[in-house]
Amino acid sequence: MIEKNELILAIETSCDETAAAVVQDGTKLLSNVVATQMDIHQKFGGVVPEVASRHHIEQMTVVLEQAVTEANVTMEDIDAVAVTEGPGLVGALLVGVNAAKALAYAHGKPVIGVHHIAGHIYANRLEKEFEFPLLSLVVSGGHTELIYMEEHGEYEIIGETRDDAAGEAYDKVAKALSLPYPGGPQIDRLAQEGKDTYNFPRSYLEEGSYDFSFSGLKTAVINKLHHLRQKGEEIDVENVATSFQESVIDVLVDKTYDAAKDYGVKQLIVAGGVSANKTLRARMEQRFAETDVELAIPPLYLCTDNAAMIGAAASVEYHKQNYASLNLNANPGLMM
Amino acid sequence: MYKFTTINENETQRLAKQIGEKLMPNDVLTLDGDLGAGKTTFTKGLAEGLAVKRTVNSPTYTIVKEYKGRIPLYHMDVYRLEDSEEDIGFDDYFNGEGVTVIEWSQYILEFLPEERLQINIEKIDEERREIKVTPHSDHLNELCKELKL
Repeated sequence: MIEKNELILAIETSCDETAAAVVQDGTKLLSNVVATQMDIHQKFGGVVPEVASRHHIEQMTVVLEQAVTEANVTMEDIDAVAVTEGPGLVGALLVGVNAAKALAYAHGKPVIGVHHIAGHIYANRLEKEFEFPLLSLVVSGGHTELIYMEEHGEYEIIGETRDDAAGEAYDKVAKALSLPYPGGPQIDRLAQEGKDTYNFPRSYLEEGSYDFSFSGLKTAVINKLHHLRQKGEEIDVENVATSFQESVIDVLVDKTYDAAKDYGVKQLIVAGGVSANKTLRARMEQRFAETDVELAIPPLYLCTDNAAMIGAAASVEYHKQNYASLNLNANPGLMM
Repeated sequence: MYKFTTINENETQRLAKQIGEKLMPNDVLTLDGDLGAGKTTFTKGLAEGLAVKRTVNSPTYTIVKEYKGRIPLYHMDVYRLEDSEEDIGFDDYFNGEGVTVIEWSQYILEFLPEERLQINIEKIDEERREIKVTPHSDHLNELCKELKL
């Protein structure tokens, strides 16, 4: 029998945040500790895998101890240890997976492997209960996916990017504009000041498809910058940022709206790092205001990578007793 | 070296598919070309030839993505390993059961096996591409001989 009020200690190390959290019943956050490495990777203009792994190792035990202390619990009170098993950088994932297995083994607790994207979706459950059927738009540096859910723990990918993720396009365009990493917040900030003057393409793909494509847009922006520089013309950085962002957001909002309507969902969850984007949030709110679909976007601290979301997603698996063995391994290309 | 000029994206993908159909476990391919040259398009063709069902998209964020097919496909973008000595377990992929495709391979030259298929895509204009295929083993040379547009 699974008792109520279960406590899950969760770990997330898939990219450049070392995170641990204690979550009660998948809905209540008792602690949420995140040690970011962003300032370190900023110097390199992107995440450097081996640097990330080294920092995870340095931070892991500190973050874990802090998560348990802040939650005011002991390891005895914990019912299961959850960890992101993928997708992500293999060296980074391994730090979390091994920490989780060591803890679980030492304290005789079950270990639960969680898909990073399931975590992003479940970040919302710490704020608002799910209403099924629901649709989730997951947008981040590595993902752009529309995921349909009829019940807890069941994920159907109904659309995904055919080339680059939205966040990847942001980072590459930011780099072409010589903006610091990470590019998303920089472009969003500049876009508030500019106008959509460059008319970059919007890729809707074939009629009825919920897939995305951002590679053509990225190439169009970079080619445009190249041409302007060659002709010695001035580049209006704000207008480039606005024009690029408008193209991305138009497609994201339109496709999500169509999918939500076609699937008759009750709730729409926007998740992943790019859901921190102010313009995307505002436009989603605008578009869904007149519908019956409830829009849920997590607060900023739950949009970026964190372990609380992993604990929330793990709760569902805990109730199914869907435990991993101590053979659990990092899986950089884990499919949903 | 074998040279092909493809007239559009479809033809590029068809050429890649032919290669994909003939690949064997442990084959390693390097795939280089400028932004917008069609590396992703080419990899989609390869994946089709390997009977991969899923959408093949950018591996940039996680560096490597794995796909199930007739044999597994490991798709790598090692751009972020520039100036790095990191070995992300390359041998496990190269000697694994599948085919490895590597974009930006110049950053991991020291890890590449000698026997590999080198592919360079160059943009001629918006639609047309020149594709150079250089085999570095007998088996890969045999494979190249059978390719036709």
